Amino acid sequence: MDERKIRILIAKPGLDGHDRGAKVIARALRDAGMEVIYTGLRQTPEMVVEAALHEDVDAVGLSILSGAHNALVPRIMELMQENGLEDIPVFLGGIVPEDDIAALEAKGVAGIFGPGTSTDLIAAKIRERVLGELA
Amino acid sequence: MIRSTTSPSAEQVRQGNIRAMARLISQIEREEPAAQVEMAALYPYTGQAHIVGVTGAPGTGKSSLVNELAKELRRREKTVAIVAVDPSSPFTGGALLGDRVRMRDLSGDKGVFIRSMASRGSLGGLARTTAGVIKVLDAAAYHTILIETVGAGQAEVDIASAAHSTIVIEAPGLGDEVQSIKAGILEIADILVVNKADHPNSQRTVKTLEMMLHFGSTRQMVRHHGETMLIDDTAASTNGRDLDWQVKVYQTIATQSQGIPQVIDALEAHQAYLRASGEWQEREKARSRQEIEQLLQAQVLRQLQTRVPVQEREQLIAAVAAREIDPYAAALQLFIHLKQN
Repeated sequence: MDERKIRILIAKPGLDGHDRGAKVIARALRDAGMEVIYTGLRQTPEMVVEAALHEDVDAVGLSILSGAHNALVPRIMELMQENGLEDIPVFLGGIVPEDDIAALEAKGVAGIFGPGTSTDLIAAKIRERVLGELA
Repeated sequence: MIRSTTSPSAEQVRQGNIRAMARLISQIEREEPAAQVEMAALYPYTGQAHIVGVTGAPGTGKSSLVNELAKELRRREKTVAIVAVDPSSPFTGGALLGDRVRMRDLSGDKGVFIRSMASRGSLGGLARTTAGVIKVLDAAAYHTILIETVGAGQAEVDIASAAHSTIVIEAPGLGDEVQSIKAGILEIADILVVNKADHPNSQRTVKTLEMMLHFGSTRQMVRHHGETMLIDDTAASTNGRDLDWQVKVYQTIATQSQGIPQVIDALEAHQAYLRASGEWQEREKARSRQEIEQLLQAQVLRQLQTRVPVQEREQLIAAVAAREIDPYAAALQLFIHLKQN
């Protein structure tokens, strides 16, 4: 039987307009055989979580380059919990200073991918986490 | 961490539990046997929603139009579910589902549910499991279900049998008159929309489509009793022509919310026409027939695959390829396995 199809939401919360990274990741995950739901720019945390709920995704990937991750990510994690989605892993990509990583991971972020991370590695990490959980 | 394993139930879906509904839809997409049980429980509650298909070539503005149609339906106090289908890669099986990008206006509204679907190898403009997904949304009591197809060219016409009303979108500058009289997608339109009506060439596109409709007026293809058939105008005119649906061309500028109420008016009129003419029931029957046939086909194929030893099947395939036997004889030989108990 085919490997179970992975559905992932790639969202770009916050106000920065730099969506190239999110698009590169969306494309790479598509090429890795995943179904990528792409929401576009300037999503509020509420919009991200609503999309995750409707689309019943296996994982959420957030791209944040504005430096607002310490505000946006905890709010998204909180809303995920409120909607009963705490079992869905949330990954983060973009510009995240070293000092912030531990605190974000403590909030439940499943993985943080900084600039230069290979897309193959990202796809592998997501697949491992999602399929590992299903097994 | 283990993802919750409790199965979403039909009862939860009926109570409006969005999480349960979303998860049941995923099970249907994966064609899991567990979903069939819940679907059977939901089936008696289906048949209420107005199912509307929106199709057209890539870039004509399907998602933008769907976004606007949903907003207008909400103004008219209808709840709306949207199923947006995008293609799966034939090489990797992956997909980029980007229709939500154009539907951000709808977020935060509890009366709207949006689901993206990958076509997963299906070629008719929908996924094989889209019909099942529609049933879940129907049983969840959404008033209108908008189905946005894969960007369709000429022959992706599955939507016509999945929906009660089909909107075909054209954009200016996509082809000449000959394109408009070819068989295929234009024939399935109950409502024609020329989007991007602010484009300089849009009047020409409108005229071309109106001419196409006019060409058809003496010998016209109509959708009658769920089937497409040819009618003769002289016979029809003495036969209560008023009962036939007249396809009209509407102009919209989806990005500026223009022309939208008229399209919704036309949709409401079409729904009323289907009800009054009895064609609603006929279309339901045609759809049920098609669905049963498809399920039967799938069942027969699965049965064959489990009953015929792989070795025998491979030998037959090799024999056909080597021109030792013909494909008809091979199929017949395989079919015999189905008749054995």
